[in-house]
Order: sequence, then C-alpha cells, then structure tokens
Amino acid sequence: MSSTSSVTSVSAVPSAAPAPAGGASGPAVRRRTAWAEGLDRLRAAAVTEPGRLRAIGAVLALLVVLFGAATAWQVSDRSAAADDVVERSQPLTADAASIYRSLADADTTAAGGFLAGGTESPATRARYAADIATASDLLVKASANTRGSGTPDAAGVQIARLGRLLPRYTGLVETARTNNRLGLPLGGAYLRYANDQMRKELLPAARALYDAETVRLSADYGRAKAWPLFALAAGVAAIGALVWAQRRNYRRTNRVFDRGLLAATAASVVVLLWLVAGHAVARAGLSDSYEHGARSLRVLNEARIDALQARGDENLTLVARGAVLTGDQKDFYEVGFRAGMQDLAGAGSEGGAAAGSRLGAALALAGDDAGRRPVRDAVAAVREWQARHAEAREADDRGDYGQALAKVIGPDASTGASFDRVDAGLQQALVHEQDRFRSAADGGRGAFGGLAVGAGVLAVLAAAGAVLGIGRRLSEYR
Amino acid sequence: MRARGLGNLRAVLAPVAAGMSVMAVAATILVPALGRDARKSAPDGVSGPLAVHRAYGPGAGQARSAAAKCTAGTAAESLRPSPDDGPAVERIKKKGQLVVGVDQNTYRWGYRDPGTGRLEGFDIDLARAIAKDILGPDAKVVFQAVPTNQRIPAVQKRTVDMVVRTMTINCVRKEQVAFSTAYFQAGQQVLAPKASSIRAFDDSLRGKRVCTAAGSTGETALAAQSHGAQVLRVPNQLDCLVRLQLGEADAVVTDSALAAAQAAQDPTVELKGRPFTDESYGVAMNKDDTDLVRRVNKVLDDYRGGGADSPWMRAYRTWLKADLPGISGPPSPEYSD
Repeated sequence: MSSTSSVTSVSAVPSAAPAPAGGASGPAVRRRTAWAEGLDRLRAAAVTEPGRLRAIGAVLALLVVLFGAATAWQVSDRSAAADDVVERSQPLTADAASIYRSLADADTTAAGGFLAGGTESPATRARYAADIATASDLLVKASANTRGSGTPDAAGVQIARLGRLLPRYTGLVETARTNNRLGLPLGGAYLRYANDQMRKELLPAARALYDAETVRLSADYGRAKAWPLFALAAGVAAIGALVWAQRRNYRRTNRVFDRGLLAATAASVVVLLWLVAGHAVARAGLSDSYEHGARSLRVLNEARIDALQARGDENLTLVARGAVLTGDQKDFYEVGFRAGMQDLAGAGSEGGAAAGSRLGAALALAGDDAGRRPVRDAVAAVREWQARHAEAREADDRGDYGQALAKVIGPDASTGASFDRVDAGLQQALVHEQDRFRSAADGGRGAFGGLAVGAGVLAVLAAAGAVLGIGRRLSEYR
Repeated sequence: MRARGLGNLRAVLAPVAAGMSVMAVAATILVPALGRDARKSAPDGVSGPLAVHRAYGPGAGQARSAAAKCTAGTAAESLRPSPDDGPAVERIKKKGQLVVGVDQNTYRWGYRDPGTGRLEGFDIDLARAIAKDILGPDAKVVFQAVPTNQRIPAVQKRTVDMVVRTMTINCVRKEQVAFSTAYFQAGQQVLAPKASSIRAFDDSLRGKRVCTAAGSTGETALAAQSHGAQVLRVPNQLDCLVRLQLGEADAVVTDSALAAAQAAQDPTVELKGRPFTDESYGVAMNKDDTDLVRRVNKVLDDYRGGGADSPWMRAYRTWLKADLPGISGPPSPEYSD
C-alpha cells in the first residue's frame, strides 16, 4: 500500500507540473513540501540540470518498469483465476451437481424398482448401483479438492456429512429390498424411511455442497473479472510522467521530439490499451460464460433434480398407498409431486413453462435456439407427464392398482416414459450449455494470452527508451 | 386377563345370542314373507326391497335411539341381520361391483403380496365373502386403499360402499358412520423384542423410548399414562417396527392386531402382556345404508357360524393364529334392536 501511495504522489506532481507556464523551477519550489523525504537525496543532486535529468530518467524508468510489472502480475492473477473457473471450480460445481443428481436418481430408481415387485429388473438394479458408485467416486474426488488440513471448508463439511449418510442410506434400501422380497409390507416402510433420510439429510447436504462449490465458482469469477486497478493507475502515472518529461524538455531546449522518450511513451500506451482491451474482452467472455453457462447450468441442474424428486414422489405414492398424510389429510407424496411439478413448469398443467419456474428460467437463460429446443422438449414432456399422471391417479383412486402401476412404470405411454423424456431433454440442454460455457470462458481466457509477457517486454523496452532519451539530453551537457 | 375374561363371558353368552339371532332370522323370513314372495314374482325387484326396507323402519329407529345413548358397553351393538335387498344393496347390484376401502400395508390383514400383486389378508377375505353374498360367486370387488384418517370421509361421501380395515367401533365414530357387528376383538398392546425387559404396558416402560403412530389410540393412551416412557411419534404404525429394528425405539404401542402383524414380520419381537384396552373391529358403512348393515351382519353370522370349521376360523388360522394364538372363536354379535 505504501508503494501505491508513493507512486500516486510522484505521478501527481509531473502531471500537475506542466499546467503553470510561469517558470521551469516554479513547481519544484512551490511543491517542495510535496516531495517526500524519500527524494531528499535526489534534491541534493538536483541543484544542477544534469543531476535533475538523471533523477528524472531514473523515476521514468522506475515508473515504466513498475507499470509493466504491475500489469504482468495482475494479468497473471486474473488469468489464473480464469483458469480456476474453467479447470477447477466449474468442474467441481458440475461434479457437485452430479453427486446431487446421482443421489436423487438412486432414490427414485430404488422406489421404481420396488414397485416392480419382488422381481426388480436387472436394469433398475444396475442403474441404482451406478448412481451410488458415481456419488461415491465424486465424493472422493471432491474431498481431494477441499482444504486439506485444519478445519474443513464449507464443501469439506458437507462431503464428510454425505460420507457418513450414504452407507446408512444404502443399508436402509437393502433392508427394504430384502423385506420386499419376503413379501413383507415392512419393506415399504423401510423404503419410506430411506426416502425420508434422502429427502431430509442427504439431498440437503448435497445441495449445500453444490452451493459451497458455486460460492467458490463465483469467487473465482470475481477474481478473474476484477479490473486490474493498480496496473491501470501505474500505466496512467508512467504515461503522465513521460509526457511531462517531454514537455519539460521542449520548454527548456525547444526540441520537439526525443526519440527515446517517444518510443517509451508509445510502448507504454500500447501496454495500457492492450491491458484495457484485453481485460474488457476477457471480462465479456467470462460474463457470457457465467450468464449462459454457469447460471444456465445451475438452473438446468435444479430442474433435473426437481424432475427426479417429482418422479420419486410419484413412485412412492404407489409404494406408501396412503400410509403417510400431510397435516390436511392429503397424500404426502402426491402433494410432493405436485409441488415438484409446480417448481418445474409453474402452476397449471398445460402450455409453456411459467416465467418463474425452473424450466421458464432455463428458457430465458438459453442463449440460442439449439439451447432452447431441448428445454422446450422437456416442457412438452412435463405436460405429457402431468396428463398421464392424472390418468394413473384416476386409475388408482378407482381401485385399479394394476392399471395405475402400468401407467407409472409400464413400458409405453407411462409417466416413466415421459419422465425419461424430460430427463433426456434436460441432459441435452446441459451438454449444450456446458459447451457454451467452455467456449465463452475459453474465449475470455484467450484474451489474457500473451498480455503478461507482452507487457513485461514492452515495459523493459519503454524503460530502455526513457533512459536512452534522457541520456541523449545528458550527453549535451558533456 | 381382562380382555380374555371378556372373551370368555362372550363365549358363555354366545349360545344365548345365537339363539336370539336364530329367532331374528326366523322373524325376517316369516314377517316379510309377502314382500319376498312379491319380489320373486316380480323379477325387476324394485318394489320388494323398498317394502322390506320399510318393514325394518322401526328397527332402524331403535338403532338411532341406541346410537344416541351410545356407551363403551353398547358401542358394539348393531342392527339385526337380514338377507333382504334394500336400496343400498340394490345400488351395489346395479353397479355390479362392491367397492371396499381397505388397508394395503397391514400384513396378514390387508396387504399386497409383492409376489402376486394381489391383496391378501383377514380383512380382504371378509370383504370377498361379503361381495360373494351380495353379487354371487364371481363377484367383482374393487379394493381401494384408504388411509386411516380417510376411512370415515370415504364412507360418508360414498366413494366406497364399506370400509373393512381394522377399524375400531366406538361411540364417536358411530355418530358419523354405521358399523356391522364386531368381527374381531382387539386392544392396545405393547410390542418389544423378546429379550427386552419390558413386560407389559406398565412401569417396565420407564426410561424407554416407545414408538406409536401419530393420531392413534396408542398415542392417546401414552399421553394419559406414559409410565415414564419417552414417546416417539411416526406417521404410520409400521414405521415403528422400522425404528425398533434400527434401535431408535425400545417398544411399540399399537393395536394388538397391528402389533401381531408386526410380530409376523420380525421373529425377534413379540407381544408383551395383555391388551390394556378393549376394541372391536367392525365393517363401517354409510349411516343411511341400514339395509346394507343388516346384510353385512347376516354375512357375518354365516361367516362366524360353523364352529371350528367356520370361514372365520379358517381365515383366523390362515392369517392370524401364528402371531395371535389362543383365540377360540369370533366375538359374539350384539344387537341394538
């Protein structure tokens, strides 16, 4: 901080100095107190013009090198942050979303397999096993990226919680399966308890992990997009000082051009413009990747989990068979299904998705038609799902459990087929938005490319130019 | 021993009651003989049942007055049986199906066998017997899963013709629905692991975690006298067995029939002590369907009749004997008219 203030105080003088046209030594005298003690030695040497020129040359070279160094440092920092966004925090966020999704999918699949009776299909079993394996693998991967020692960070806390809860959950599901195989209704009670654990413990933990990773992603975005104010200030100061020095030379010697100083100025201006333009482009790319990538991905992930939970509730309505009621005597799982559908596509059961709903938000965030198409497909599938669900409920209320079951888990024209379409649409949209994220973020990252090195090289050239330019003036005194 | 003593008393009174019901059946055959003949000669069968229904007008009136001064001792009283078709029975015949509200989660009483997908159990057998009597041998029965708290609304709104679902007869409910005669004698009881130190619904529960279903009679009983137990409330009585198996509860307080259904699913637990309340299960029907109540009571008479080889005893042996041993016969019917 002290270096920052000394630079700004130094820059304040030369930029203010050309203004009074009275006398050359005027500003130095009037601003005497403004020169900090640090320049006392320079003042002692500055009684003669060559001494003054030497001091000016040193300050100019210092300012220009400082500018170059600040640019290289701040740009590298932002470039590293942008790399973190693309290569670390966004993949970790995506992994957290996968953990969340796998858990919800495992729960939904378990309930679906349960409905099929004692003979669960191998495909259902495999899907459940794959979900649990994915969640376990990603938890290990995620835990490798948390703060290793000391108190764990927010993500670490949730990973540990999930690590404790997951074996317990799978134990409950296996007990449910065993009892179901034996023909005991106790299996259904175990499954409901497992679902209760998933709903109240695991999914909130997975959600909190996802949120923690999202916070990390936002922080990386913030670091990557922050304007390099120090470098910009140093650039303005260096260029101001160079202009002042040339103006001083012109006033004293009537020489219009000093090639060295001119080259130094030109190089500094190039670095400054490059810095501003490069950062603006990177910022725009990253903002685009955030709007159309990260935010879209988040909404789509949430929509997918809503759909999974609604599907789980639909399955459990048939497993629980009225065993669990809400406070106002409605079937707990049917109420959950309706709430899920409302989150997904808004109230009502026809037409497009409401603006406030997840799918409505996903449509609004999708940047192009290729992104909107799968979301529209998902909306259409949600409507079909709702219509079929109503038929299934109607059959179940009529006492035709067999038909209700066929309508929910049957091979064709079932709500299960509609759910699969919703999930497939959202998956497609996720892949598309992931690509968009990647290309926008890579475009943004690319704008930083070469800037740090270029700024360093140009700053050295500018410093050399400044020293040479002042040296030329000095040589006239020999 | 209280409930068992009560059972013995009933056994003693059974012949008396049976004699009365024989007389009642004789009366039903003799008194409306004209109406029945008329119906046989008029196959449309519209005027006949109405005449029969009217013939029972005074009886229905008595039932209503009996319900008005319902006490715990008289709660199980129902209308005298009759095999005749009234408007409610006609309605069911016209539909060609009997819609019965049942449980799908209570092992041995009403549950869906995951192997066959079919509903099975003691209640289900009874519902099938009623349907067979009304609609003939190939009767179509539509079983509807009715949650515990939806039993009364479902009957009142006639979304079901009747509820056969381990439903306890009591005076509060009798103001809302009509019940058949009792078809099973149960009571609140404690269920705990065989190795547990819990002996019954007494001070052996002190300091233990006792699970019961929210809104159940067991919850009320524990609220009145907890015996120093911590009460864990869950949505459904079967959830208690899950908590017991997971070590989150030490004992369960529920209906003896439901407790037996839990014991049937876990050989390491058993019913402890005796039932500490007295509850009779009945078939619930709409209050206006008096002819249906009489018809169901007639079916129950047939169901109970026949001694050790009665349909009731066969169903008992099939579904309940293993976990509710020592029951020698069905409860005796009690009538209010």
